Amino acid sequence: MELNTEEQAILRGEQGVAAQEALAYQVKVGEFFEAQRFVPITNAHMMGDIEVLGDSGLNYLKCMAEKRGHCRVPATTNARCFDFDYVDYLGQDRGEAQKEKKVIQFLRDMNVMTTDTCINYQTLYQPHLGEHVAWGDTGTVIYANSVFGARTNFESGPAALAAAITGRTPEYGFHLDVHRRGNFVVEMQTEIHDLAEWGALGKLVGEPNQYYFAVPVFTGIEPRPTADQLKHLGAALASYGSMGMFHMVGVTPEAPSVDAALGGNRPSKTMTITRADIDRVFKQYSLGDGSGNLVVFSGPQLSLFELKTLSELFAGKKVAKGTQVFVTTSNGVKSAAAKLGYLAPLEAAGVTLLEGVCFYILQNLSPMRVANGWSNLVSNSAKIVNIIGAHKFNTILRRTQDCVEIAISGRLK
Amino acid sequence: MTEPLATIKLTRATGSVVEGEALVSAEGFSPRYDLDRWTGEITKPGHRLQGQYIKDKICFFPTAKGGIAAGWAFADIKAKNIAPLAFIFGVTNPVMVQGAVFAGITLTEGWDPDPVTCVSTGDWVRVDPARKVIEVLRRVG
Repeated sequence: MELNTEEQAILRGEQGVAAQEALAYQVKVGEFFEAQRFVPITNAHMMGDIEVLGDSGLNYLKCMAEKRGHCRVPATTNARCFDFDYVDYLGQDRGEAQKEKKVIQFLRDMNVMTTDTCINYQTLYQPHLGEHVAWGDTGTVIYANSVFGARTNFESGPAALAAAITGRTPEYGFHLDVHRRGNFVVEMQTEIHDLAEWGALGKLVGEPNQYYFAVPVFTGIEPRPTADQLKHLGAALASYGSMGMFHMVGVTPEAPSVDAALGGNRPSKTMTITRADIDRVFKQYSLGDGSGNLVVFSGPQLSLFELKTLSELFAGKKVAKGTQVFVTTSNGVKSAAAKLGYLAPLEAAGVTLLEGVCFYILQNLSPMRVANGWSNLVSNSAKIVNIIGAHKFNTILRRTQDCVEIAISGRLK
Repeated sequence: MTEPLATIKLTRATGSVVEGEALVSAEGFSPRYDLDRWTGEITKPGHRLQGQYIKDKICFFPTAKGGIAAGWAFADIKAKNIAPLAFIFGVTNPVMVQGAVFAGITLTEGWDPDPVTCVSTGDWVRVDPARKVIEVLRRVG
């Protein structure tokens, strides 16, 4: 890689050991991808929770903090694995919770804003067309690239932290025009509405095209999608397909037309999506042992709009005896929802609202599943029904209204 | 040194030379979706390698799935002594690369020929990132 004067100085240690190590690490990653140079970034968003860090990651953060690692661009954190008000309620490990508090402290010592949200793009920062950022999780990346036209790769925890400390990232992947062009077309022949249907679309397109650089171009989308719908589509494409970008003609900024979105690429194929395709997704889930005792609204965290909708659907109702319902969101959204009166109906119905977490990364989730006798997990999130498999849940995707009805009746449908 | 029984050319590679038993998957991989990160067992129901352990293996996966988590998870499983010796991907994503570089695990992307034509689970193979090759040294059984 070609390094400018400042980067050479960082590598010589003139801006401290932490920056030196961070840049050396970034150079190795950049060289793998044959990056020619670094590009400056304006914002970083990183995953760092004890469940995935483990003791080795915790120790790494401690060392970086002791080496006076300091983020030079605004850096925020993704959802973590504890809501500290619910540690005992969920039967989580108090020792690990203490470690999570240390994680938070070390990150703050390095000038990281511990916002603990995976919907930073809805609640914290909206980069503009062409702006380079360094974001993870995958849902944040695909939203930044596709909907904002900003530029980022999947940046894992150590990579996003390194980028925040050095203020730059290697120029490869979606920072380059060549990878942002669409390479296959998805023709929508049906309208879709519910968030779960948008996730189902992401599954249908992502699953058979698993490739980071597969960039679908959606056409025929009517009516215009909302931010939450695009969020569920993106999260599912990234989850099932490992994709980091999509175009939607007439909707996303780099897709005024199919030709513009393809940028000269010949599409490798054209998929069509019909009503029958969408409905088939919902029919394919096994009902397992038939239990309907766990309904989850999470992955990604809910926006204020989603929370308002749920609040209205649960108003005056009660979650069935023996069934548990979890909703996750950010501190900002929860605070606003409380002020606006959206929380009270959820609480009255018996819904548990967790803050700053995502359900699938909760610490101790596998033992929690066993202790609560959960076997089926019902959700309107196509992402979560895909990714929670390692915890041995039988997952079932259902539309939002159906999820609420299952929660109230305790019976699958 | 004896002649390798087969040689696979790699497109990109990082890490040190490693030698060990191959674990060949027809399905992609994600450390957060598919793996029990306390035992190293692939636990996702229905995964083609369900029930297999990745420790000290040279793991061949056609694709990488989802997941920012690999960035920390690879270093974590290495510290827990349940990590594979190498990840060999047909196609991968940046997170896998960032995670492997961070953890000091050998990782490669792109292959010719496809390992399904010349490597079986249990074969003894050597990965040489600098030369961008994988050599099959012994056949299973």
